[in-house]
Amino acid sequence: MTIKARVTGAFIAAVLSTTAFNGAFAEDTIKVGILHSLSGTMAISETTLKDAMLMLIDEQNKKGGLLGKKLEAVVVDPASDWPLFAEKARELISVDKVSAVFGCWTSVSRKSVLPVFEELNSILFYPVQYEGEESQRNVFYTGAAPNQQAIPAVDYLMENEEVERWVLAGTDYVYPRTTNKILEAYLIAKGVKPEDIMINYTPFGHSDWQTIVSDIKKFGSAGKKTAVVSTINGDANVPFYKELANQGVKAEDIPVVAFSVGEEELAGLDTGPLVGHLAAWNYFQSVDNPANAEFIKTWKAFTKNDKRVTNDPMEAHYIGFNMWLKAVEKAGTTDTDAVLDAMIGVSVPNLSGGYSTMMPNHHITKPVLIGEIQSDGQFETVWETPGLVVGDEWSDYLPDSKDLISDWRAPMSCGNFNVATGKCGGKGS
Amino acid sequence: MYRIFLSMLVALFLIAAAAPGARAEEALRELVNALGEAKLSDMDEHIASLAKTGDPSVVPILEALGEGDLYVRKADGQVFLTKGNGSKLTLTDPVSGESAGEAPKAALSKVKVNNGVRRAVRTALGSLTLMSPDRNARLKAVQSVLQSPNADALDAIENALAAEKDADVRALLEQARATSLLISDRTVEEKRRAVQTLKAGGGRDALSVLSSALGSADETLKPDIVAAIAGLEQTQALWAAGQNVWYGLSLGSVLLLAAIGLAITFGVMGIINMAHGEMVMLGAYTTFLVQEVVRTSFPGLFDWSLAIALPLAFLVTGAVGLAMERGVIRFLYGRPLETLLATWGMSLILQQAVRTIFGPTNQEVGNPSWMSGAFDLGGLTITWNRLWIIVFALAVFAALLFLLKKTPMGLQMRAVTQNRRMASSMGIRTPWVDALTFALGSGIAGMAGVALSQIDNVSPNLGQGYIIDSFMVVVFGGVGNLWGTLVGAFSLGILNKFLEPYAGAVLGKILVLVLIILFIQKRPRGLFALKGRAVEA
Repeated sequence: MTIKARVTGAFIAAVLSTTAFNGAFAEDTIKVGILHSLSGTMAISETTLKDAMLMLIDEQNKKGGLLGKKLEAVVVDPASDWPLFAEKARELISVDKVSAVFGCWTSVSRKSVLPVFEELNSILFYPVQYEGEESQRNVFYTGAAPNQQAIPAVDYLMENEEVERWVLAGTDYVYPRTTNKILEAYLIAKGVKPEDIMINYTPFGHSDWQTIVSDIKKFGSAGKKTAVVSTINGDANVPFYKELANQGVKAEDIPVVAFSVGEEELAGLDTGPLVGHLAAWNYFQSVDNPANAEFIKTWKAFTKNDKRVTNDPMEAHYIGFNMWLKAVEKAGTTDTDAVLDAMIGVSVPNLSGGYSTMMPNHHITKPVLIGEIQSDGQFETVWETPGLVVGDEWSDYLPDSKDLISDWRAPMSCGNFNVATGKCGGKGS
Repeated sequence: MYRIFLSMLVALFLIAAAAPGARAEEALRELVNALGEAKLSDMDEHIASLAKTGDPSVVPILEALGEGDLYVRKADGQVFLTKGNGSKLTLTDPVSGESAGEAPKAALSKVKVNNGVRRAVRTALGSLTLMSPDRNARLKAVQSVLQSPNADALDAIENALAAEKDADVRALLEQARATSLLISDRTVEEKRRAVQTLKAGGGRDALSVLSSALGSADETLKPDIVAAIAGLEQTQALWAAGQNVWYGLSLGSVLLLAAIGLAITFGVMGIINMAHGEMVMLGAYTTFLVQEVVRTSFPGLFDWSLAIALPLAFLVTGAVGLAMERGVIRFLYGRPLETLLATWGMSLILQQAVRTIFGPTNQEVGNPSWMSGAFDLGGLTITWNRLWIIVFALAVFAALLFLLKKTPMGLQMRAVTQNRRMASSMGIRTPWVDALTFALGSGIAGMAGVALSQIDNVSPNLGQGYIIDSFMVVVFGGVGNLWGTLVGAFSLGILNKFLEPYAGAVLGKILVLVLIILFIQKRPRGLFALKGRAVEA
């Protein structure tokens, strides 16, 4: 499958770079790289982000661009192939000379481009919720860290639904495994007994959920309120929810809270039987405020499709892009080092009605929203954090990382400072 | 004069009679409007006080609340039942049930609902509709009472039990009474009988109720509950084995459907067809298009959409298959490596074409009503969509077998694949038979796509998930043998489902692959190898 994806990727990238986006003749533009898969398994999620970026750049150019220059998007297709992400990142930075790159979805693709950004000293904006345990000088994490999504969701279920038994179900890769490790430690610290936690992993694209759903039902019949915390990724969600609906697992009895299911994923589903299942994000399309209404209107006009939905990673790109604009204006240049310094402390409006600020650990502040699925495929916010939550890169619940902090301001300038030993350099990158 | 006096008297009487009614109406309206202002955390109490009125007009209000159809008019705080979606909603007065015109959505705000509220609504509705004259409404009510045991509902349940004539509802009511009795303050003796009732009723719900009652139970009662739980768990374990067989059959039928087209193109014709999965995907997209047309133009036909999609999918993918065979594959017979690469290229082209036309995101394909939900067979939960897919897979298999064995076309196909030159000298137009056979295999893959659209994503990647499994089944069953494909699919399905509970989904899949590799080492030609001269042809 990898070879297959690589062939498509190479083909499409060749077509794209020779025809549409090879606009290098205009001298006075600032180039922005977009590194999202347009083919292969991740195309389903990442294509939307590419479109969102094109829209944001388009809108900014209508407002007069940046530093008196027009912005120019350079789109490449890494084709859901992790090593190709690194190659394409290198191409964007050294051949196309982009000022910043917006891209990646899966953690493994981010890990694959990290060394490239470090070596060539460029900037990456990463818009997806992830497992944390990382803080890199050249990367800004605009998605949620576990404490901005997973932990508040578990708290909500504990307090409002009085859940005592937990199923942690996920796809078998780094994000669910790390998140579940953090959650397990957190739950045990909260006094949940180990026998009340069931952990289950499934392969990518798993489509036969009969056994697992029936196991969940069985686990839920021990007389204690049970909930499922799902880190199931991408395509596997649709058959999972279909099986839940068909086996009659109702949200009132066993609620499922998902961290990877947004408006976009629900678009392929009849959500009638799923009303009440939950998701935790930092943004929902249904959030009612003028900035969001404007964003949705622009998005629908840009895609010329009235049914297109917006989602959380799109909002993360919106925040990241606006932060970058502000930092470049503050620094007066697109030079990497100057922008890296200017980024910290930049504050821009987010779409859920407040402001998000870039913290010294390269993570941002966000509100956390818990929403219930509605029959029209949207979420309704049923709970939100009273204030903004600061992204915590090194989890306090894992023994390896609880002593680590990150601060990229001089003089510390360290992504993994160990407060116990007082030295920079701990576990992780 | 007398008449006027009389009518005045009647009018006076009417006013007097209506007054308490109007007062009750006012009180109810107040309760309903209070819902509009309540916080999510206080909703429980508001719902309980609504239910306490016992007024039958509360039922539609609570139903609307649970469905999320209750809205507050921002201007005056009045609560209305609403219908319709879009920017305008039609309003109904909750108390009088009269129409209250239309209002733009912007002028209304929804009464927020969460799982807690829905649970409270379910409980309240359960006890309100226990005495309903409609049998189905009663059945639904008892089920909701069963799911939310409540000691306060005990009297209502016992009243209902006394009045109930229908045997099914009675049986459920007995269960409901037992569940609620266990958490009430009745005598230990009564509780002991309730435990026995629950044990006799069986099922997972009973297990759940008993386990939760165990913690707070009286010391003398505990041994009874523990014994009942042990008994129930034993029967559950037996049923679980049966359930695994069912899951295995169901997975097997999916594998069979995915592989059966390949059993023709690869099994019978010997073409390594990497674009097989994409034929399945095209079939699924045909279903999507049919449903789109049905939804917009003929909404009444939705339950028939799959029946309409089936022949269309067969024709569409058959035609694509025909074009592929005539355009590319026929030049490559006898060169397996080139065929593999060419069909692989085709699969990429088809995938990207679909991605360009329909977009990379999932498309929504709905389940018709007869394929939604599940029913209980003893301790088994059988979902309708899985059951129909098993039936469909077997039907397709039987039809294909009939076509190959009993029709002139099947005879020609077998003749050509077994001895091309001999068949040709008998006057069979072998190139056309090749093309039709390939089209048939592709068409069947398309029909499989219709069925798979019911359980999986409809996205451009749909086919990729099935191609490896399909080859696995055909090779394991024995290339060139349809019966082998059938047995192969079901045995792999059952094997997988028996491994999954012990090894987990990831390891289970790996184990199955390892077992197949070992098996192929031992028997390279699969389960049912073709014997004799046909093998060499």
